[in-house]
Amino acid sequence: MIDEKELLTGLAASDKKAVETIYQENFNMVQALIINNNGSADDAKDIFQEAMVVLYEKVRSGSFELNCQIRTFVYSVSRRLWLKRLQQQNRYSDPGDSMESVVAVEEDLEAHEQRNAEFDMMEKAINNLGEPCKSLLEAYYLQKQNMQVIASRFGYTNADNAKNQKYKCLVRLKKIFFTHYKNGNSDRGH
Amino acid sequence: MIEDIKILDTVERYIRGEMKPDERLQFENLRKTNAEIDLLVVEHTLFLQQLNHFGERKSFRSALNDVHTDLTEQGKIDSMKLKGKAKVVYLWKRYRRVAAIAAVFAGATTLTITALVNAVSPKADNAKITELSRDIQDIKRVQDNQGKEVNNLRKKITTVPAPAFKAGGSGFLIDGKGYLVTNAHIIRNSKNIVVINNKGEQFKAVLAKVFTDKDIAILKIDDEAYKSVGSLPYGIRKSSTDVAEPIYTLGYPRNEIVYSEGYLSAKTGFNGDTLSCQLGIAANRGNSGGPVFNQDGEVVGVISTKEMEAEGVAFAIQSKFIYAAIDELKKDTSYQSLKLPAKSSVRGMNKKDQVKKIQDYVFMVKGD
Repeated sequence: MIDEKELLTGLAASDKKAVETIYQENFNMVQALIINNNGSADDAKDIFQEAMVVLYEKVRSGSFELNCQIRTFVYSVSRRLWLKRLQQQNRYSDPGDSMESVVAVEEDLEAHEQRNAEFDMMEKAINNLGEPCKSLLEAYYLQKQNMQVIASRFGYTNADNAKNQKYKCLVRLKKIFFTHYKNGNSDRGH
Repeated sequence: MIEDIKILDTVERYIRGEMKPDERLQFENLRKTNAEIDLLVVEHTLFLQQLNHFGERKSFRSALNDVHTDLTEQGKIDSMKLKGKAKVVYLWKRYRRVAAIAAVFAGATTLTITALVNAVSPKADNAKITELSRDIQDIKRVQDNQGKEVNNLRKKITTVPAPAFKAGGSGFLIDGKGYLVTNAHIIRNSKNIVVINNKGEQFKAVLAKVFTDKDIAILKIDDEAYKSVGSLPYGIRKSSTDVAEPIYTLGYPRNEIVYSEGYLSAKTGFNGDTLSCQLGIAANRGNSGGPVFNQDGEVVGVISTKEMEAEGVAFAIQSKFIYAAIDELKKDTSYQSLKLPAKSSVRGMNKKDQVKKIQDYVFMVKGD
């Protein structure tokens, strides 16, 4: 058996091999769960990838205590996510007994939902920004390109000009984001 | 605008650790004395974190899709290539879903009929209903006012402080049996101590233990009128809190309970003290000894206003010290039954509801 701790360390570093291994070892199990409970192959892919994001963000935040196997965690999260989606669609299914063991993942899913909300807020804010701000900020903050490269790519005379423009865009993005963030946070729990 | 950009650039270099040591030191000093800069640092840290999370998740999601396609092509996962029994099960489930949809349509027909019946049956007089609900609203308003007046009168009667007691600070229960945490400096040299709750009820209390260097005191309510309140709605956090985490406090800067919110601005407190932390919050002396809550309604600290450098900056003793203090206190066997609450039952509620539940457990503390 492969060392699980090594796999998780790899996952936290977005190592392709680690992601592939975890994917390959767990996908079929989750797909069987979804399909045996009123889901399609597309649902299975969706739910499994969502569970992978939960696991990824958990290890990224450094809080993965190895008190269960990766398999158990992924299964438990997928099961909860799928039941929740069925409930939202007013469909109900009882997965009943299975060969897989289940652990409590409520707190992880709560944290995940908070991150989902934050992700949506940021996505909305970035999409509201318009060009060239959107591409400029994505190039610098997401793709981590340096200012020289960005200046020539976006046609600024020098890196300082590009940097000034970047900050102007950033101020706008922050303003849009925090307006939603503050509202969203005070709504928490509703 | 140019000035703003310069400040933002400085803050960003600070957060990314791109400053030289002496520049960094200088900036940290500025941060300590200028609440506005401090707030900007915290806000920008939080924002960059959010932006980072966003980018990470985006690229992880696209990596997952690539992996899915690769593994499917290599036949290493069964995606979309269902064979044999799995396929039969799949088709059966599919068929069942069609049956379910058909059932929904049948339901819809019934609903339509109900709607038709409703449409032809006589309607209630809408104007009358509106009028009635307005009447009820009026009655409610009168009642509310009366309630408020009664409350005001009650407060006037009960919160008149005994003349010997000086205005003090705040404190909060850590065990429903009547144990409270407050600041040591509030009750320094006091022979008599009283604690007063949100409803204006006053109880006598005695000092159980004092930790002068940490400015923490544990009080025990010693009054026949006090009945144990059972389990507390909040837990006390054992680990540290993250910078930029939103926090709030309840306390008695005036004669009534006051709520204020802010954020954690540094993990260490005055002069780098690791047992305390720095808060960006509007607090004054009356808040001293009051609890600091995070979003989940966990106590993360005890406000201590002994050191106040700048407006909008306060310090708090981290909650993990409460655990240390209680361990110390328990060496005296008469306190063996004391138990700190670990879990918040208000977790997941919105702030308004949290405060409603919590406020009854926060007291005004006075000494003579």
